[in-house]
Amino acid sequence: MTTTAPEAEAAAVGGAPGIHSPHVPLTGGTLPRGTTWMVLAGGWLFAGAFFGLLWAAGITTTFSLVGTVFFGTVLFDLVLYVISRIVEGARRAKDRLVTSLVSTAFVIALLPLVSLIWTVVLGGMARLDVAFFTQSMRNVVGEGGGALHAIIGTLLITLAAAVISVPIGLLTSIYLVEYGRGPFARAITFLVDVMTGIPSIVAGLFVFALFALIAGPAVRNGFMGAVALSVLMIPVVVRSSEEILRLVPNELREASYALGVPKWLTILKIVLPTSLAGIVTGVMLAIARVIGETAPLLLVTGFTFSMNYNLFDDRMMTLPVFVYTQYTQAAGVSAQASIDRAWTAALTLIVIMLVLNLAGRLIAKIFAPKRGL
Amino acid sequence: MSKSIDVTDLNVWYSDFLAVEGVNMHIEPRSVTAFIGPSGCGKSTFLRTLNRMHEVIPGARVGGQVLLDGDDLYGTGVDPVAVRRQIGMVFQRPNPFPTMSIRDNVLAGVKLNNKRIAKSDADDLVERSLRGANLWNEVKDRLAKPGAGLSGGQQQRLCIARAIAVSPQVLLMDEPCSALDPISTYAIEELIAKLKTEYTIVIVTHNMQQASRVSDKTAFFNIAGTGKPGKLIEYGETATMFTTPREQATEDYVSGRFG
Repeated sequence: MTTTAPEAEAAAVGGAPGIHSPHVPLTGGTLPRGTTWMVLAGGWLFAGAFFGLLWAAGITTTFSLVGTVFFGTVLFDLVLYVISRIVEGARRAKDRLVTSLVSTAFVIALLPLVSLIWTVVLGGMARLDVAFFTQSMRNVVGEGGGALHAIIGTLLITLAAAVISVPIGLLTSIYLVEYGRGPFARAITFLVDVMTGIPSIVAGLFVFALFALIAGPAVRNGFMGAVALSVLMIPVVVRSSEEILRLVPNELREASYALGVPKWLTILKIVLPTSLAGIVTGVMLAIARVIGETAPLLLVTGFTFSMNYNLFDDRMMTLPVFVYTQYTQAAGVSAQASIDRAWTAALTLIVIMLVLNLAGRLIAKIFAPKRGL
Repeated sequence: MSKSIDVTDLNVWYSDFLAVEGVNMHIEPRSVTAFIGPSGCGKSTFLRTLNRMHEVIPGARVGGQVLLDGDDLYGTGVDPVAVRRQIGMVFQRPNPFPTMSIRDNVLAGVKLNNKRIAKSDADDLVERSLRGANLWNEVKDRLAKPGAGLSGGQQQRLCIARAIAVSPQVLLMDEPCSALDPISTYAIEELIAKLKTEYTIVIVTHNMQQASRVSDKTAFFNIAGTGKPGKLIEYGETATMFTTPREQATEDYVSGRFG
């Protein structure tokens, strides 16, 4: 017999030599812990150095932070894949590639947002003073002035729009979920979907035409703006609260019916409280949808430089329109003052939205169904 | 505080589909009646027609007569809400209201109907109902905590407490133990034996041992095949049904030789 020693051993242990499987190691090459982060930092540093050189050489006017993060992250994807492929093998390299691609997508999605907030904060800092929040633009020529009239206008018009839209939207969704059957409900759903797609300027034109019929030509007031925003807001409220109401388990409705509770009380006291958190979130999203609308407000509420607390009389300024007018009318020696006011107004709008969102989350948290003991 | 139920020639349709056909049954007050039978044979559907809960399902309708101590549940002018106040129901899966505390869950039947109740009366009712459901000792120190935080078995007993708090005449139970462990099941069965002294109880169960343990009378439902209506095959004393049933199908089913 000329068998070598290992084969003999294998035959002895595993019986027939053909059945015995070859030794497969359970351990393989692994990159040291922290490699990912180091490669990422390296990618960013390298891209940063590249853009820094471009800047230093005068090819670009500023240092491109966005470019650094984006190209640095892409570089990181490639380098990590290659290193992992060499050290860890094809499967783990693929795993790392997909993980880093997902993270890259996240970074790409985040970049515009961070960049936007950064730009607005930088631009808005110049006029972030007391005067901006306590004065209107009445009799202001050149520097100074404020956006109090626009802040008040935006808050009043959005509030009025919410007061109109939330009851209508909520009741519509309750109808669709709890009562609506057959072609009528389907028709409403279809029309709501169509309404979601209405361009905002069309909503503005519709309200302009409507009030021209009622109150005569060229009428402009804050209430018209609220109606125009409602046209945009109602479908969003309907869709979001419809989805939320459908999430309420049927068992809860049945439990209530079985206690001899009528349907309307079941909806009022079981269905709505259970879904309140989601409804509040939906309303907040709807407000976010309309609070930054410019076109319909420019058309139906016009613009003014003075305070106006009355929704039903005369023109009313709003923040988006304020931004628009300040930016488009920036001219002459005090052009920069105008542009600064526009940036600060944009920042104010974002902050208002942020505060509203936080308030909504707080309300949602307070009313959310409680679990645990 | 307990009423009898008489069912005559009851048919149930889901739209055009005849789900249950020709049921005749007399249910004694202060007794436990168990409905057994294979899945899809119409037990739960039939149970729901006893307090008009089937009307929640779109397209469901009923022919025939259900008398509660002689009053026709399906007569003209009968309000299904009023029917359900007399005939309570406990469901397969425990469903306490997630927005409410344990105490409010028990009081749900009163409070949801906008009835005013003095605080002392409410405390009394909560204690009485929770004691009735054998849950008082476990939850008396945490009545203000949410009902959803209890264990499955406790939640089911909370639902029973909620059902008996409105003092119904009849209590319908649709597989109340199928989502529970044996110990919780035992607790519920004990409770059924206790509740029997005050209420008429009808229980749907897939567990034949349970039917034989808790019920006085048993009804066996069966279905001839898919698409055919469910029928009441045999109805009689539980002891007879599980030892010497009249029908071969019943014997096959209760002895596990079914199918």
